[in-house]
Amino acid sequence: MSDATTESVSSRPPAAALPGGGPGGQTPIPEAPITTTTPAKPVVRPGDRIFSGLATGSGIFIIVLIAAVAAFLVLRAVPALQRDQVNFFTSREFDTTTDVNALRFGVLDLFGVTVTVSLMALVLATPVSLGIAIFLSQYAPRRVAGPLAYVVDLLAAVPSIVYGLWGLLVLAPVLNPVGTWFNDELGFLFLFSRDSGSGVGGTIFLGGVVLAVMILPIITAVTREVFVQTPVSQIEAALALGATRWEVVRTCVLPFGKSGFVSGAMLGLGRALGETIALYIILRTSSSAFGYSLFEGGSTFASKIALGAGEFNNNIVAGAYIAAGLVLFVLTFVINSLARAAVAGKKER
Amino acid sequence: MSTTLDAPVKTETFQPLSGRRRATNAAATVLVSLSVLVALVPLVWVLYTVVSRGLPAITSPTWFTNSLSGLLPSSSGGGSYHAIVGTLLQAAVTAVFSIPVGLFVAIYLVEYAAGSRLAKVTTFMVDILTGIPSIVAALFVYALWITTLGFRRSAFAVSLALVLLMVPVIVRTTEEMLRIVPQDLREAAYALGVPKWKTITKIVLPTALSGIITGIMLALARIMGETAPLLILALYAPFINTDIFAGPMGSLPGLMVDQLGNPTDAGTNRIWGAALTLILIIAVLNVLAKILGRLSSVKR
Repeated sequence: MSDATTESVSSRPPAAALPGGGPGGQTPIPEAPITTTTPAKPVVRPGDRIFSGLATGSGIFIIVLIAAVAAFLVLRAVPALQRDQVNFFTSREFDTTTDVNALRFGVLDLFGVTVTVSLMALVLATPVSLGIAIFLSQYAPRRVAGPLAYVVDLLAAVPSIVYGLWGLLVLAPVLNPVGTWFNDELGFLFLFSRDSGSGVGGTIFLGGVVLAVMILPIITAVTREVFVQTPVSQIEAALALGATRWEVVRTCVLPFGKSGFVSGAMLGLGRALGETIALYIILRTSSSAFGYSLFEGGSTFASKIALGAGEFNNNIVAGAYIAAGLVLFVLTFVINSLARAAVAGKKER
Repeated sequence: MSTTLDAPVKTETFQPLSGRRRATNAAATVLVSLSVLVALVPLVWVLYTVVSRGLPAITSPTWFTNSLSGLLPSSSGGGSYHAIVGTLLQAAVTAVFSIPVGLFVAIYLVEYAAGSRLAKVTTFMVDILTGIPSIVAALFVYALWITTLGFRRSAFAVSLALVLLMVPVIVRTTEEMLRIVPQDLREAAYALGVPKWKTITKIVLPTALSGIITGIMLALARIMGETAPLLILALYAPFINTDIFAGPMGSLPGLMVDQLGNPTDAGTNRIWGAALTLILIIAVLNVLAKILGRLSSVKR
C-alpha cells in the first residue's frame, strides 16, 4: 500500500507549477486561473534522472551479475568437459593430476557425499529449529524471546572455519562413543557400516553434526518469523474453546507456519550444500572413500574444490573444478528458488 | 425433547483437563524448552573452546605487533599482525565496492521500482545471491578475473568474490530500514517541492542511517570469516604485505588454514589464537551494530 502512495505522489504535478517557487523558470502570472483539469507535465530534474538511473542500473547490475556467474562458469567448464574421458555425471572418479588432455572426472561421488551430509544435517537440525521457533514465538515471554533469538543468531556469526576446527579437534573425540554405538548396534545397515578406521573424526557423520549446528540459526530465524505472524484471533479462538497451549500450537501455529518451516528448512539445506571450509577441514583428514555410509569420508562439491585449490594454475584442470562448481551452483539455485517460492506463496495469501 | 428440558440440569461448569491432554501439553513444553538448550550447548561450547585455547596465544606480548615472518613452524613466538592487517584490508576494499551497490539496489527496490517486473526479478536475484556458496563466488571471480581477464591471484580478487557475498546482506537490511521510514516524511518533502533524489539523500537515508550502518557492520562481520575465496584466489603469506593487487597476503582464516598443516604446539596455539582474534573482531562489530541499532531513530 505504501507503494501506491509513492506512485501517486511522484506523478502529481511538482511544486514548480505553484507561483513563486520551483526551478521551472516561469514568469509568474498574477491572475492565472488555477487549472486542475490539465495537470502540468512533471519537470524531471537532471539530479533525479542521474539518481534514478544509478538506482535502476544497480538493480540491473545484480541481474547481470547472476547471469555472468552462470555464463563464466559454463565458459570455463566447457574446455575441461570436452577433455573428460569419463561421463561427468555418472563417474565416481575425480582424477585431474595425470594428463591434462585426458582428464577423468565425474561428480557422482561428490553429489552423493554432498547430499548425504546435508540431509543428515537437515534431519538433526530441523526438529531442534522447530522447537526453538515454537518456544520463541509461543512460549517465551517477549522480554526473554528477543535476547534468546539474538543468541541463536549469534550461532550464525561464528565463522565456519571455527566450526570446522571445533568439530574436528573438540567434538569428534566426544562423539566417538556415539559413533561406536551406532556402528555396533546398527552396523548391519549400510548407512552405519564401517569398514576401515576408527572414530568419527573425518567422517560424514561428524560433518553432518557440525553442519546441523551451522544451519540451525537460519532455519530457526525463517520459521520463527512466520510463526509470530499467526493471526492472534485464531490463537484466541482456540484458547476460548479450551485448547491447551500445545493444542494451540498444533491446531493454529503449525498449519499456519508450515510453509515458513518448509522454506526455512530448504534455505538451511541450501546453506549446507554450499558449506565449504568446515567440511574441508573435517573431511580432508579421512582417507576412506565414500561408500554410502555415514562413517566414511569423501568430499563434497565445495570441499573438493577447496582441496583442489593447489591445482588452479592450469586453466583446463581448474575447469574441471569449475564444472563441479557449476553443478553446485545449479543445485543451490534450485533449492533456494524453491525455498523463496514457498515463502512468497505464503505472503501473497 | 421435553424430558431433557424438564430434567433438573446439573452440569459441571469446568471439566478438568483430561490426563492425556495434560500430559501431552507438559511433554511438549518440556521438549520445546529443551530444544533451546540443545542449541545453546554448541554455542557456549564453541566460544568456551576458542577463548580458553586462544588466550595463551593472544596474551603473548608479540601477538598483535609481530608477523610470523622468518619463523620455523615449530618455534613459538611471532604474532598475527600481518593476518589482522590483511583481513581488515580485504574487508575495507570489499566494503568500498559493496556499500554503494547495495545501497543503490535497495533504494531502487524501495523508492523507484515498487512492484514493477524488473523489481521482482531483482529481488529474486538478490535472494539467489544470498544463497550463493562462497566457493562458487570464488570460482566465478577466478573464471572472470584470473582466467578471462588475465590478472594474477591477489587480495583484490578475494575482495571481488566477497563483494558477491556482502551485497545481498546490505540490500536486505537497507531495504528493510527504508521501508519503515514513514511515508509522511517523503510526502512532506515532495509537498515542499524537494526533488525526489534530494528527498532520498537528505531525508530518507539519514532517517534510516543507523539501521543501515548496523546492516553494513553485520555484513562485514560475515565476510571477514570467509575462507573459501582465500584458498582459490589468494596465496597466504606469513609476512606483512599491504599491496592488495600483488603478492600473497596474510589473513586470519588464511593463517588458520596454513597452520593446520603444522602439528606442533606452536601451530595449534596459533590456530586458536587466530580464531579468537577473528571472533573478537566480529564481536566488536556485532556489539557496535547492536548499539547503533538501539540508537535507531526510525520508530515503527
